[in-house]
Amino acid sequence: MSTAITTGFFTDSTLCIGCKACEVACKEWNDVSEDGLNWTGFSYDNTAVVGHSTWRHVKFVENETKPGLGGNAGDMVSWEFSSDVCKHCEVAGCLEACPTGAIVRTEFGSVFVQPDVCNGCSYCVVGCPFGVVQKNPKDGRAFKCTFCTDRQKAGLEPACAKACPTKSILFGPLDELRLKAQTRLDELHERGMTDANIYNPEHTNVGGIHAFFLIRGSEKAYNLPPNPEVPTKYLKKGWTSSAIGSAMLVAGAALAFLVGGRS
Amino acid sequence: MSNGKFSRSAERERVPDLASEQRLMSLRDEAERKGLVTATGIRPAGSPIPRASEETGYYGIPLLKEPQWTWEIPLYFFVGGAAGSSAVIAAMADWIGDDFELARHARWVATAGSALSSGLLISDLGRPSRFLNMLRIIKPQSAMSVGAWTLAAFGTFSAATTFAKLVQERWDFLPVKIVANLSQFASAISGLPFHNYTGVLIGATVIPAWNKNIETLPIHFGMSGVQSACSILELLGHENHALNILALLANTFETYEGFELERRTERELRPLKRGASGWITRAGGMLSGPLPLALRIAALFSDSKRIRQAAAISGIAGSLLTRYGWVQAGHASARDWKLPLEIPETEAAATRSIGEETAETLREKIG
Repeated sequence: MSTAITTGFFTDSTLCIGCKACEVACKEWNDVSEDGLNWTGFSYDNTAVVGHSTWRHVKFVENETKPGLGGNAGDMVSWEFSSDVCKHCEVAGCLEACPTGAIVRTEFGSVFVQPDVCNGCSYCVVGCPFGVVQKNPKDGRAFKCTFCTDRQKAGLEPACAKACPTKSILFGPLDELRLKAQTRLDELHERGMTDANIYNPEHTNVGGIHAFFLIRGSEKAYNLPPNPEVPTKYLKKGWTSSAIGSAMLVAGAALAFLVGGRS
Repeated sequence: MSNGKFSRSAERERVPDLASEQRLMSLRDEAERKGLVTATGIRPAGSPIPRASEETGYYGIPLLKEPQWTWEIPLYFFVGGAAGSSAVIAAMADWIGDDFELARHARWVATAGSALSSGLLISDLGRPSRFLNMLRIIKPQSAMSVGAWTLAAFGTFSAATTFAKLVQERWDFLPVKIVANLSQFASAISGLPFHNYTGVLIGATVIPAWNKNIETLPIHFGMSGVQSACSILELLGHENHALNILALLANTFETYEGFELERRTERELRPLKRGASGWITRAGGMLSGPLPLALRIAALFSDSKRIRQAAAISGIAGSLLTRYGWVQAGHASARDWKLPLEIPETEAAATRSIGEETAETLREKIG
């Protein structure tokens, strides 16, 4: 039995050129269905979101140019790209919510939906604080990034990381990636790119993510929540309330029959 | 390519005139003044400069996914609430109230309700044939798993009780009696979590409108179920005053809950008050709170069967609307892209229209 090490993705947005090779590679390798050939009409990002049939999504973060951000022409748009993906949370909302055990933690530390077990209850959909996993209405099951578990088992890197031409998507042992990210961040700060930062929410009960990002400026521009939470932390409050409600029913019914209803 | 859209301009050669040129100039004026020109059917791509920023989020694209439950689920919430409560009412009517006819009917409501619940739950699944996968494992941290097991236990015990009590009516032997009463006890005990766990189910999610209310949702849903169970039994012809009193207590809580929701001003609660989901929830609150409460108080002092029937019908309708309202509010809440990004209301106002439009497009796209 092999003891696999925990692997991860380090997506460096400062290196992304928005070529979408990762999106294409992901779809091809995983045979993911078509996700609508539509124009969003408000930016050059026509993929818009990750979902049941989009497991990699290159975000086009467009804004006015300002010193240090964007190209030479002031009337052009500044472009930041960032390839989004399932975060493979340390504590995963979808995994917690799944009633069938279809969603599991793999030997690589990633979160995986077993397609032969999922029964399509879609409870994971409302359990994910990053809005990643989604039920495919045509198929009936929930889908998301598999972290190319099949490729990893064969000793290969995930399709997206392999296809990335600029090494914006780095794949490897999580510990090493964290070191690399820190080194890269220091390097960028030294160069004067002071708005560069790493998005990896370790301060909430998500407890960190295995697919983390180096971004510029606010995470909000990248649709990344500042304080993602795994909602199961509210279960205690919920069941307490349920117990109080049950006590109310028992007491109320007993009272009602004692007072009002002996026939 | 004889596409209607393109062929028309090719067939007809337009001659520029004063009106057409003035129109074009007014468009330019508007563009200069507002930086954006809008018209029906036109989505100005990339103009003005699209903004993805700390203040505007990612073009207002909702971060969270909307719930993907079908129409069966809010109905399941209703049926489950009534069935679970009914099992408790059956036991109380049998052991305390000595109203065996009521107990018998309440058991049937519980049993039929649990069967219907299973049907609704299964038909909502993307892969209904895999319902049994719900029972592969027991998972305390998944409210859905706990709920599925509660339903399984409740359904089994309710059916067993109904059957055992039928046998008891024919042959009243001690062993039959013991089994029937033990089963009835188990049915009531499993009916307790079953009547209100759905509040935990939707409360323990990332949907802000639901999550924010996790401390009251189970009681709210539970009491909604209690008063609808009483109402169903009343409409089946039972006039036992205990039903009126119990429903009255539940209506009182529902009234309180309604006032609380109106009083609280958190942003997360907005879908419960505004838009279609808000009005459904409010209508549900009225019909299962103040209205039946008033009718039931009146019924305390009058023997009119009509008043109680009116209260019962109102309560059932209110309970149904409440469940649909809350589920709809969950959809609206997931579309609120500002909340999970913690973007203040005021700053987000500027991109509101683009955001709303985006959500619309995405809904069509993902559909």
